[in-house]
Amino acid sequence: MLMGVSAVHFVLLSAALFGIGLFGALVKKNAISVLICIELMLNAVNINLVAFNKYVTPGTFIGQLFAIFIITVAAAEVGVALAIIIAIFRHRLSVNLDDFDWLKW
Amino acid sequence: MHHAWLVPLLPALSFLVIVFITRPRPKLSAAVSIACMLGSFALAALAAYGVFTDNHFQHRPLIYDVHWFGMQGLNVDVGIYLDPSSAMMIFMVTMVASLVQIYSTGYMKGDPGYPVFFSYLSLFAAAMLGLILSSNLLQMFIFWELVGLCSYLLIGFYSHKISAREAAKKAFITCRVADFALLLGMLAIQIIFGTLNLDELSEIMPHFENYTTAGMMTLIAVLVFIGPVGKSGQFPLHVWLPDAMEGPTPVSALIHAATMVVAGVYLVGRTMFLFTEVEPAMHLVAVTGAFTAFFAATIAITQREIKRILAYSTVSQLGYMMLALGVGSLTASFFHLWTHAFFKALMFLGAGSVLHALHHKADVWEMGGLIKKMPVTGWTFVVGGLAIAGIPPFAGFWSKDEILLATFLEGHYVLFALASCTAFLTAFYIWRMIFLAFFGAEKPENHPHESPGSMTGPLLVLAVMATAAGLIGTPGNPLWQNWIFFGHPHHGEPNIPIMLISTALAAAGIGLAYLLYLKDKDKANARALAGMFRPVYKLIYNKYYVDELYLWFNRKIVDGSARMTYLFDIYVVDGIVNGVGAVTKGLGQNLRCVQTGKMQTYALVFFLAVLVITVALAFTDSSSTALVMGGAK
Amino acid sequence: MELTLEAAAFWTLAAVIIVSALLVVTGKNIVHSILWLVVTFLGIAGVFIMLDAMFLAAVQVLVYAGAVCIMVVFGVMLTQRGSMEKSSLFNKRVIIAAPLAGLILAVAGFLAAVSKESVPLSGGTVPADTVSSIGEWMLTRYVVPFEAAAILLLVALIGAVFLAGEVNTDADGR
Repeated sequence: MLMGVSAVHFVLLSAALFGIGLFGALVKKNAISVLICIELMLNAVNINLVAFNKYVTPGTFIGQLFAIFIITVAAAEVGVALAIIIAIFRHRLSVNLDDFDWLKW
Repeated sequence: MHHAWLVPLLPALSFLVIVFITRPRPKLSAAVSIACMLGSFALAALAAYGVFTDNHFQHRPLIYDVHWFGMQGLNVDVGIYLDPSSAMMIFMVTMVASLVQIYSTGYMKGDPGYPVFFSYLSLFAAAMLGLILSSNLLQMFIFWELVGLCSYLLIGFYSHKISAREAAKKAFITCRVADFALLLGMLAIQIIFGTLNLDELSEIMPHFENYTTAGMMTLIAVLVFIGPVGKSGQFPLHVWLPDAMEGPTPVSALIHAATMVVAGVYLVGRTMFLFTEVEPAMHLVAVTGAFTAFFAATIAITQREIKRILAYSTVSQLGYMMLALGVGSLTASFFHLWTHAFFKALMFLGAGSVLHALHHKADVWEMGGLIKKMPVTGWTFVVGGLAIAGIPPFAGFWSKDEILLATFLEGHYVLFALASCTAFLTAFYIWRMIFLAFFGAEKPENHPHESPGSMTGPLLVLAVMATAAGLIGTPGNPLWQNWIFFGHPHHGEPNIPIMLISTALAAAGIGLAYLLYLKDKDKANARALAGMFRPVYKLIYNKYYVDELYLWFNRKIVDGSARMTYLFDIYVVDGIVNGVGAVTKGLGQNLRCVQTGKMQTYALVFFLAVLVITVALAFTDSSSTALVMGGAK
Repeated sequence: MELTLEAAAFWTLAAVIIVSALLVVTGKNIVHSILWLVVTFLGIAGVFIMLDAMFLAAVQVLVYAGAVCIMVVFGVMLTQRGSMEKSSLFNKRVIIAAPLAGLILAVAGFLAAVSKESVPLSGGTVPADTVSSIGEWMLTRYVVPFEAAAILLLVALIGAVFLAGEVNTDADGR
């Protein structure tokens, strides 16, 4: 297991990265930190996709294409999310997610 | 007579014309109304002439039916049912209604509601005529209700008076109670026999065993009978009739003589075939009638208001008609209806004339000697009194004799005795009223004057009718008996003893009234008698406390049960409703804590759920799991 | 030797990624977190190279390690006040979130382990010319998602400008 590298290794790496990102996204107070952790989770998914691209469908680029689209969407997401955070910060002078409870009843 | 349908249509038309066109002009409205009524009277007279000169009508009525609406198992026609009975009725109703309308031009002069009053009178007459000519029970019921509505409008005509409003409500509600039973009876007829057509029903009824049991038949007959009990003021639903005095006097005349109350008698007469098949129903009708006649007559003895006395006398006379129907003599019943219409209209209009002269002072004890100042009113009133008391040869004698005879021949001796007593009482209370009001010493505080010609004219016409209307049904000239009957014509042999008894009783009643109220100048004996029987007098004066009984029933039982249901509503129904609301609210109160508005908590819960679902899918053994999880298994 | 070289590369990269990611999450200073994030992204780019995805590795470095991180730093710069030492603290959910993340990892690991046999052990050969192949796929079969992504980027650009450019401070009444 230590010597050979298979798809499972990459999947496990991806799962670990996803878990770390999830943990961070749930526990961080700062909205920007949460955003960073979400990026980690997205990257975990990308690793998965590219790994399966190599091990399951090496002839086509489906996995890589998916990864590219995810990167595109993530970039857009980061832009919009930062804009929202800045807009909220202007009103509340805070980036602490626990202060943002408009959704409450 | 093929234009009989025009008879109810003309007054209906005048109602519409007055309401929509001529209302701002009282004189014109009255003219339209009277013209239509007289036209209707002429048509009715023509129709009656046509019927009574064609022997064919003795056996087959003239029926015109137009299909109105229908569906599976229900076909309703509208039509005209013209036979000797209805021909007689339309003739009588149009005549009395015309006279009442002419009389009203004088009586209602200067009233702000003058045109409205005439429109109501027209509608009232139209409804009654429609009822008479109806060819099926549903049509009849519609007009029946229309009559009830008009009576409500007219009794409550002086709507500024609280008592008038109350009386109108009382009349309407009492009749509604009765009408409900009638409606149930009609529904039962429709369900069981599949038709409401009078002609078809009369052919079905002799074989009713093919459709239903005798018990059900009795129930139907009783239900149908309750309607007339309300409308015709029979005990125990008579309470509205005396209060109906609150309306203008011409209305009272119309209600009591020609239209409203006789509708009940007429309905029973029309549906006679329902009753003759079941003995108990007939007995019920007869006993109700006889008891009402006696009961109302005793009340009338003690009353003081002129119109109230007349009202109880109406109740009493209607009891006679019911009695006659109950012993199976449609002839006698309708004969009395016919004569009663004239002499009762006469007396009411006469009373109206008196009230008009005395500015609505109604207590007979405060009148006296009026006949000198109001000769026409007075003497016509005396004619009416002779007629109702049953002195030959006035109309009432012949019809009352017919009823007594029918009762006696049918073997109802108790009822016969009761009816004879009533005859005596009738003569007594009517003549008590006449002696008190028209004879004796004049009261100096009254300044009576004779009424105008528009009022005395109808009185004279009615006086002639009250005298002569009975002559078409005497033993020597049994014209009436040959035409109006149920089943087959029958005229009992003239029974001289019965005639003598009834005449003697009437004469005795008049004589007693004379002794007590005219000869005895200060009425000491009458007062002494009243004092001697004070409890009884009080009981009767208060109309046997029937009103109070109803009031008690209403207050305690109806209100009590209403309160019970109110509590039920408050605590059980509202409890359930509010309980549901409270549970929802409580749930919301508690659940809203779950909604923190914090996104990370939501995400936490979301991933928790993802985890649970993943585990559930991955570690259960379904095929869909394998599909979702790829090669996990 | 070939296999062990690959294994050594994988374990090294995995170690770099996991450690730097943990530092990203646990760090209390957000600027440090972002720097460690760059390291993580670079490690992921290395993984992409291992998986024969050259073009993706380049994109990863350019977009994530470059653009995204710079953007996040700008975001921090615009929003953060006071001390950077306590700019990225934890909240009370740690107690629940840590076991949750651990459980998810455990479940995913278990599932990966049990499904080992159904996945090929050694990867196939990915065509070396990734850039031209991807370009061809993008403009033929995946042209619709490609255009959609382009529109999405445009909309995101306009939206970001609109949202962040709003100066009216009491727009929502606060």
